[in-house]
Amino acid sequence: MTALKLRWQWLLDQPWLMPLLLASGLVLAFAIPRFGLFNNYVQMLLMYVGINILLATSLNLVNGYMGEFSLAHAGFMAVGAYISVLITMHVLPPGAHAVLFPLAVLAGGAVAGLMGLLVAVPSFKVRGDYLAIITLAFLMIVKSALENIDAIGGPRGIPGIPRLTSLPWVFAWTVALVWLIRNFVYSRYGRGVQAIREDEIASDLMSVDTRRVKVLAFMLSSFCAGVAGALFAHLLQFISPRVFDIVKTTEILIMVYLGGIASIGGSIIGATLYVVLLEMLRPSTVAALLAWLPAGMFDVLEKYFINHLGMLRMIIMPLLLVLVMIYWPRGIMGKREFRGFIPRRDKAAHRPGPMGGGATEHDAAHRP
Amino acid sequence: MTLLTAHKVRHSFGGLRALDDFDLELHPGQLMGLIGPNGAGKTTVFNLITGVYRASEGSIRFRDRELVGLTPHEITAHRIARTFQNIRLFRDLSVLDNVRIAHFSQSRYSPLEALFHLGRHRREEERIIEHSRRLLAIFKLEHLAGETASSLPYGLQRRLEIARALATGPELLLLDEPAAGMNPAEIDQLMEFIQWIRREFKLTILLIEHQMRLVSGICERVKVLDFGKTLAEGTPEAVRSDPAVLEAYLGEKVVV
Repeated sequence: MTALKLRWQWLLDQPWLMPLLLASGLVLAFAIPRFGLFNNYVQMLLMYVGINILLATSLNLVNGYMGEFSLAHAGFMAVGAYISVLITMHVLPPGAHAVLFPLAVLAGGAVAGLMGLLVAVPSFKVRGDYLAIITLAFLMIVKSALENIDAIGGPRGIPGIPRLTSLPWVFAWTVALVWLIRNFVYSRYGRGVQAIREDEIASDLMSVDTRRVKVLAFMLSSFCAGVAGALFAHLLQFISPRVFDIVKTTEILIMVYLGGIASIGGSIIGATLYVVLLEMLRPSTVAALLAWLPAGMFDVLEKYFINHLGMLRMIIMPLLLVLVMIYWPRGIMGKREFRGFIPRRDKAAHRPGPMGGGATEHDAAHRP
Repeated sequence: MTLLTAHKVRHSFGGLRALDDFDLELHPGQLMGLIGPNGAGKTTVFNLITGVYRASEGSIRFRDRELVGLTPHEITAHRIARTFQNIRLFRDLSVLDNVRIAHFSQSRYSPLEALFHLGRHRREEERIIEHSRRLLAIFKLEHLAGETASSLPYGLQRRLEIARALATGPELLLLDEPAAGMNPAEIDQLMEFIQWIRREFKLTILLIEHQMRLVSGICERVKVLDFGKTLAEGTPEAVRSDPAVLEAYLGEKVVV
């Protein structure tokens, strides 16, 4: 057992593991749609998984690593979605869509990133519950602003968006941005973000420029949400303000807290698990899973439970959030990380050194 | 030449005058004690020097730079560091990361370099890790580098907090009740330790302490505060026999 564990550890520490996984992922991302390895529905689910990973990881930066409670994520998503859709539908020539799509996504992310400033600035003054309320207000402002601009469809939204999001694009954006977030987390800025979570005044006194760090974290987080929104819009092919309401934020919160706060690996697990759970709660899936029950029992279940799952899901998933936060506040990975995500430098640095190694002789007599 | 000069500093919380006409002159290399009963305004002095509070009136100068109006991290970057009365480590982070975080203002790489793993990022991080590990080694904490700060016993947490403060590269170190919760033997060790870091890191030290054993043992000068006012200043011996100080600590001489 221990031997197996050691071998597993060894495997996780190999420098070639991550590139290998990413390369095979990339090959699969191209091969799956090209050769129809999965049907279209499963392909779409895979894309949702990627987009959700991006959403969860970026929200984790603020809610997990920084320890604030932001509810604005769906708002940033909406900004990214609307900006990118306006660009692909009104600015870019249709012939060049496939090539220029990344520019539209980038623009959506950039505008969302600037919006992140609007939440970062109040975070200088307020924390905790009060900041949560401000982010909620931001979400409501975005939604009602979108509802009241007729030029972009008002409450009816925008139909007929070209389907430009594909599996390779989702893969590329998700991997690239999760990599950026990971680099950020393991830089002085990321450590600053975590120091702010632990003790804001102490981190300021330990020379961390807390305002700058907060601005950067909020902007990076909302940039990623904007990109996710852009990808989401060009996958769903229809957006309206209702798509990006508090329910969307709640979904992302479930992914983050289920997977585990302050853990990129946790957010990846949480986002994947969420899509799987949601699929398992579809009437057809549940019916298939329960088909072995005696007919009488099944009919009763079908009438009172399965047929109402569409609505019940909206109760079950938030309930899951409540239960996770009460009984499992740290989630699956809570503050732990996949070894493969931790930079080698950090792993080496945290190895315990020789007891007293490097200390001066003089010091030996003077330690308290 | 003075390192730190406070001149007629006043600070109030609402209607309460926490500190009144506070003057201080600290010379390079000096070890000064700040004593006084609970609520005398000692920690307020620290909070004013380090920018946690902004003085209502008066000026605090460090090497001819005005500190009033600067943020705490700017003041720390000007090489003033402190510890806290109730230990304030980054509890859930590793011992090493606690010390690494204190290098924030000394590392020079931009957010873009951090995001894309470019340029100075790698070099700077390696330098910071090396420096942090050296500090931990000096403080006999290197074997605990990967442990969570909150898992350390109390004494080691105090030591780590001093290591973290020194990681910011200070000239002036403010220690807020470093001997809190220690027995006499531990206090003797602490006194030696403070003298040692003072020499080794070429520090000027201002410390708050209730333990007279420590104050009279190592402080060259002592300043006594009571209700925000300065009662006395001088050598430990002189201060201890000062009538105003005795009155503040032991009550009035004549009880009516």
